[in-house]
Amino acid sequence: MTSQGFLDTHLLSILIFAPLAAAAVSAVLRSEQAQRIWALVATTALAALSIGLWCRFDASTHAFQFVENYSWIPSLKINYAVGLDGISVLLVLLTTLITPLCVLASWTYIKKRVKEFMIALLVMEAAMVGVFSALDTVLFFTFWEAMLIPMSLMIGVWGGPRRIYASLKFFIYTMAGSIFLLVSIIAIRLQTGSFGIQEAMGHPFSHGFQLWIFAAFFLSFAIKVPMFPFHTWLPAAHVEAPTAGSVILASVLLKMGTYGFLRFCLPMAPYATQVLAPYIIWASVIAVIYGGFTALAQGDMKKLVAYSSVAHMGFAVMGIFSLNQQGLEGATLVMINHGITTGALFIMVGILYERLHTRELDKLAGLGAKIPVFTGFFGVFCLSSLAFPGTNSFVGEFLVLAGGFKASPWAVVCVVPGVIAAAAYMYRVLQKFAYGSAENPEHHEVADLSLREIITLAPLLFGVFWVGLHPQPLLNVMKVSLAHVLEQAQRHL
Amino acid sequence: MTPSLQAFLPELVLLAGALGLFFVTLKKDGAETARTVILLTALGALLACAWSLGSQATLFDGAYRVDAFSQWLKIVVLAGFSFVILLGRTLGDIREDIRPEYYLFLCLSVIGQIFMMSSIDVIALVIALELSSFPLYLMVAMRRENNGHRVQMEAAVKYIMFGVAANGIMLFGLSYLFGLTGTTSLPLMMTRLLPVVHTPIAIVGLCLSLAGLLYKLAVFPFHFWTPDVYQGSSNETAGMIASLPKLGAVAILVRFVSLATPHHTTVALLLAGLAVCSMFYGNLVALVQKDFKRLLGFSGIAHAGYAIVGFTALDAAGFTSSLYYITGYVLMVLACFVVITRVSKDGANVSISELAGLHRRSPLLALTLVVAVFALAGIPPFVGFMGKFGILNAALSKGHLALAIIMVANSAIAVYYYLRVVKEAVFGDPVEEAPITLDLPTRILCCTLLVGILALGVAPAKILGAITASLATMGL
Repeated sequence: MTSQGFLDTHLLSILIFAPLAAAAVSAVLRSEQAQRIWALVATTALAALSIGLWCRFDASTHAFQFVENYSWIPSLKINYAVGLDGISVLLVLLTTLITPLCVLASWTYIKKRVKEFMIALLVMEAAMVGVFSALDTVLFFTFWEAMLIPMSLMIGVWGGPRRIYASLKFFIYTMAGSIFLLVSIIAIRLQTGSFGIQEAMGHPFSHGFQLWIFAAFFLSFAIKVPMFPFHTWLPAAHVEAPTAGSVILASVLLKMGTYGFLRFCLPMAPYATQVLAPYIIWASVIAVIYGGFTALAQGDMKKLVAYSSVAHMGFAVMGIFSLNQQGLEGATLVMINHGITTGALFIMVGILYERLHTRELDKLAGLGAKIPVFTGFFGVFCLSSLAFPGTNSFVGEFLVLAGGFKASPWAVVCVVPGVIAAAAYMYRVLQKFAYGSAENPEHHEVADLSLREIITLAPLLFGVFWVGLHPQPLLNVMKVSLAHVLEQAQRHL
Repeated sequence: MTPSLQAFLPELVLLAGALGLFFVTLKKDGAETARTVILLTALGALLACAWSLGSQATLFDGAYRVDAFSQWLKIVVLAGFSFVILLGRTLGDIREDIRPEYYLFLCLSVIGQIFMMSSIDVIALVIALELSSFPLYLMVAMRRENNGHRVQMEAAVKYIMFGVAANGIMLFGLSYLFGLTGTTSLPLMMTRLLPVVHTPIAIVGLCLSLAGLLYKLAVFPFHFWTPDVYQGSSNETAGMIASLPKLGAVAILVRFVSLATPHHTTVALLLAGLAVCSMFYGNLVALVQKDFKRLLGFSGIAHAGYAIVGFTALDAAGFTSSLYYITGYVLMVLACFVVITRVSKDGANVSISELAGLHRRSPLLALTLVVAVFALAGIPPFVGFMGKFGILNAALSKGHLALAIIMVANSAIAVYYYLRVVKEAVFGDPVEEAPITLDLPTRILCCTLLVGILALGVAPAKILGAITASLATMGL
């Protein structure tokens, strides 16, 4: 076998296990600078490698691609099965592309125990790619839970003043949510005779059984999303986490919840989905409005962005449970967009915090005039967050609203205040930050963005406009797979 | 060498070692010599056991059977034995003049456990069980006196009282089974019990017979000794009591529970009830513990409950998963005790707050602790997760849905107190800055346990296959 051939057939496994190998190398490196450089080199190489997924992905079929299937634990019939479809390929790419930016964002932010931090970040990357590419429920669950360890360590070791509380809350909340996932995985296996995700999709489960597994899935995924009222871990975790931790949480981890809906709830429990979708749409309306208005009241910028996440993810859930093509496409786009925009906003808040050691909007008021480059970037990302036409979020939210209107016009009408609130809280931040109050002597010394920081943010800025102006390539990739999910979800039993 | 001699070689090596240790105890200042002797004995027995892995023999008029099942478990016990010896280092908390005796008793207890694995006659089994228990009672009492507080004596008395009572109940139950079947040989008992297994007397006999084993495993309501013995005995002794006897108990439990037919709802129901009580009691009480050993004691009760859940399936899949789980548990709990013995000052007990900032005092110990604790909590990719998964799988496939849900709910409760340990060790700042230096054996021990916990979790196929195959040789 040539090396090219090996790369071709094992690309996905390489993306899962190479970060672990890179973490092992990190463990023996001595100097802190070497740690940073190595982590950057490794994650960038992986990002470059993952472009291969994009290039070779065949968007014309809903079948899983880059599939690898080996027997892992024969006596329990567990397989190591991985593969990507049009939904997961985008999320894997989002993960691999955002990780090098996390390394860059932590370059000077992380000052103590750099080695451990980079190891945690690399292990995290492996687990995240693993979650999105797993085609075996046990493998999925393994990655899903394994992720908790590096993430809670990241919050607990490198976080802010209340880091321990936030870390424990995050861990216990997520763990408690996912234990029933484990039971339902086994229950499904007893019905289908296999732990395979593909085998469980479209299996004719009885209606009662569907309602139970839907409930179990929904609980664990809704906590991850997080949907109102399961969101309380999120502000705590976001506020206390270091910048890279917040970025990973927002950009990738939250997507696992909505990804779970698409991968598990819709195709495996279509009856339950159809029965419960209207209620879930209303729950997401509440999330959008609640997130928006709570964000409006926040003085801490990180908290503000965290609550805006609740609102944005509410849109994604709404799109998914509209159960039509536009809604699903919109939801998937919202997932990607939220990854780009919110990730960028967290990086920018982190940059400010590094300079001024505060995230209070009142103390940052009027800072914009001193650091024009920063303000330029910040303005774009704020506009993107409120779904300004021409930016990425506009496309996604527009599609969700269009899809949602078909499913439940009244829900869309009711979500309008949430959309307005988004504009209100983002404009409020921008206005205060750029033109805000009187001269603050502390602001004189503040430096504008460094080259490293510009390099960190530039790809995200590119993403904002690329998706905003030309989303068709992304839509093409996801279209067929989403149509297939929809078909499975609308199957009449 | 005759085949039967080859099959019995591990036991012979151990007996020779025990004899050697006996002679060492006769002279003064024999602690160092005794340590060397016992270490060599353990390694020798391990090699002999590996060599005899394929052999099959029935010895002593059918009372003792060497097969894949027994040899496989013996290897695990002997490996654990070696870990326990390394764990002990210099036995700082045992009076110097009785250290050789301590090693002798340790060796005798392991011999008893090794005998247990192969005994297929209930008389031999009871004797082996007693042989493994009595040295432990003494070892608990051998801890140094601490400022006139004789907690170790209280612990030893509790241990022996409960132990003797449980053994008495067990013998009483066995007498019923003997009366019903007219034999003391387990294989014969199995066939003769089959027609009458649903009669009340058989059920009572069977359930009472389990008492002695449930006591070893610290299953509710035979758990009362656990926290006090863990706390009262020296750290090394507690490490021993917490690990190896549980493996032995589960192995013998397999032999006894398999006396019940696969559809025996009464036995399954009883086991399920005990499992639920153990899980809730252990986990809820562990939540408020401050002493790390006590916490491990209560969590041990809960883990015994998890292992019992596997038995409720009453089939090979369930037994396999329980054996696999308890094998993993031995590694996890030993890893915790490595940390306890190294952190403790002069062999004193270690409170959870003393673990604060361990990452700065010794990164390797902190890593060992974190991995062990996450594994105990059942987080993948460690062995604790795979074990629980196997048990859940077995229980659910027999329709024990409520039991499975109670089990996962308990895992969620347990996460809280395990996280408290992680919190102190990793997030906290050290109360005491002095770094802990580890000698080479400790480093090797830590690394071996870490690799074991990870490897058993990631690649359990081999060991699960081996356990299943060895159960098949027992006719399961």
